[in-house]
Amino acid sequence: MNILVCVKRVPAPGARINITDDGQAVDTAFLGFTVSPHEECAVEQAVQLVEKHGGEVTVLTLGPAEAEEQLRTAVSVGAAKAVLVPITESDWDPQRTAQAIASVITDLENANGKYDLVLFGNESADSCGYQVGIRVALKLGRPMVNGAKGLDIEGSVAKVRRESDAGQEIYMLPLPSAVGVKEGINLPRYPTMKGRLASKKVDVTRTESTGSVGGLKMIQLQRPPERVSNTQILGTGPEAASAVVDLLEELGVFK
Amino acid sequence: MSVLAVIEHDRGTIATASLGVLTAARNLAAQMGTSLEAVTVGSNADALASVAGQYGATVVHQAHHDALTDFGPEAWGEAVAQVVRATSPQVVIGTGTERGHEVIAQVAARLDLPASMNCTEFDSSFNGTQPLRVVRARWGGSLLEQAEVDATIKLVTLANHTVDAVEAPTSASNTVHNVNLDSSVMHSFVQDRVERVAGVTLATAPVVVSGGRGVGSAEAFAPLEELAGLLGGVVGCSRAVTNNGWRNHTDQVGQTGTRIAPDIYIACGISGAIQHWVGAMASKNILAINTDKEANIVTKAGYAVIGDLHKIVPAISEEIRRRRG
Ligand SMILES: Cc1cc2nc3c(=O)[nH]c(=O)nc-3n(C[C@H](O)[C@H](O)[C@H](O)COP(=O)(O)OP(=O)(O)OC[C@H]3O[C@@H](n4cnc5c(N)ncnc54)[C@H](O)[C@@H]3O)c2cc1C
Ligand SMILES: Nc1ncnc2c1ncn2[C@@H]1O[C@H](COP(=O)(O)O)[C@@H](O)[C@H]1O
Repeated sequence: MNILVCVKRVPAPGARINITDDGQAVDTAFLGFTVSPHEECAVEQAVQLVEKHGGEVTVLTLGPAEAEEQLRTAVSVGAAKAVLVPITESDWDPQRTAQAIASVITDLENANGKYDLVLFGNESADSCGYQVGIRVALKLGRPMVNGAKGLDIEGSVAKVRRESDAGQEIYMLPLPSAVGVKEGINLPRYPTMKGRLASKKVDVTRTESTGSVGGLKMIQLQRPPERVSNTQILGTGPEAASAVVDLLEELGVFK
Repeated sequence: MSVLAVIEHDRGTIATASLGVLTAARNLAAQMGTSLEAVTVGSNADALASVAGQYGATVVHQAHHDALTDFGPEAWGEAVAQVVRATSPQVVIGTGTERGHEVIAQVAARLDLPASMNCTEFDSSFNGTQPLRVVRARWGGSLLEQAEVDATIKLVTLANHTVDAVEAPTSASNTVHNVNLDSSVMHSFVQDRVERVAGVTLATAPVVVSGGRGVGSAEAFAPLEELAGLLGGVVGCSRAVTNNGWRNHTDQVGQTGTRIAPDIYIACGISGAIQHWVGAMASKNILAINTDKEANIVTKAGYAVIGDLHKIVPAISEEIRRRRG
């Protein structure tokens, strides 16, 4: 069972997201970086599947050289191989990203054989495009379902469970296939000592790719109108309980 | 020449998000001087043509194929792509939901067109000939992006809850499209379903009592459960809590959790990081209980109590019981 997981390096903002003066990017001067929570879970799911069925996990990112950090983090929790597709711009549009990733995966598969599964996050945390995985899967000619809250391998089929308003839906995708994973599918582990060591030693393969510019162009980022609140402090400590219940009565939630 | 609304439905039952999409698409068509058309996938949705007509669609394209009895992202994407190819609309608008994004992304991949998801605004001077300027949600809505969709056919989804449904009845005519679906799209159909048991969910509860890292452990959620129970509400939590394994992810509020809109959100020991806030901000009232009066959630909430949640939450429950007698 060989699994490839696509992850994207994104800033990890705290109380608010600040934008650079030119409006072209998130101001990351004081921020750390991470991968989207969905992708963290995709890596964990891949590692669990390999623990159960054998094989190995490869992680791939298209991003700046610094994205090596996120690849090494993935190795520290169980991935075996890491591939960086370097870009010099801060981000590529979804069509271009998908084209580049699909061509790198095709090269990797021509050299090493097919991945049984290619995993993505349901959507990236920063651009929230909901499409790169779907575009890559189509280019690779494999079935794809997004939004997985459950993923098991049964023989030569990937069983995907996802949640809807009505309940749960089950999909059965013949391998090789592609799946977009959502947070909540598992609880990602923390790196072990051994994992940390492995992450320092792993060779990150750099593979250039191009891809032509697509038709979705970012013009400018803007912050949504902020909610300013004149917070009413109802009190301090348990003595405030009476004021709280007065409020609940006033709002009609306590009858 | 048209604006095409993609109707989301589940085995013939229309998704409410489709009504906002029909309304937004009709407004856009009016400003472009063109007509609103709609597409439904599967003959089990044929009856929805009258709903589309109620919202101003002049033509409803009905994609038919024997296999289209349930949802399947690739088959739906291929079916809509064939209707798009046959009718050449200038703009295609889908729902800003899991299925809506997935179908539009499938159409985009199949026609190699750009797609802009979760749009909150369309350029009011757009007339159909220039690139389409939109505002779209990034970071789960914590940040917005002005973007340009530059293609002959513009594919977008409308962020949920941004446009209210408004009827404008016309008489719609129907056109059946018998689509060709090859074996490659047949794999990803819903194979089985488990219906949800009825009851209040996090997304619909009138009261949500939520706990963050400040709660400290899984066991320490018991007083929050009690308060939620007294108020007919449910318990929510922050990602710090799910990451620690204290509660299941189904309770998580935020960008990668659930969007809630209760009458009151009681946030205990939660700092109010932007990714959490974006899931809670639609609450009608917010009460923060926090030891730190500078915490982001405290400054953004309408009401706050400063102090230790472990003492305050049980005191509130006790006061409720006392008043109920
Ligand atoms: C891409 C991305 C997506 C994310 N999505 C989500 C999401 O969907 N939902 C989400 O919640 N987070 C999300 N996060 C994580 C988010 O950034 C924060 O890390 C998280 O919300 C913090 O949780 P918290 O407020 O419980 O913990 P903290 O930030 O540690 O805050 C704890 C609070 O508890 C208070 N406190 C401590 N002890 C007490 C006490 N005894 N009584 C009262 N108050 C006390 C403290 O003053 C503090 O304000 C996401 C992050 C990223 C990068
Ligand atoms: N630059 C990238 N590098 C690697 N994977 C990516 C990149 N961008 C997007 N992806 C993958 O595609 C998924 C969907 O991305 P998006 O279409 O941006 O929402 C993400 O969760 C990732 O798994």
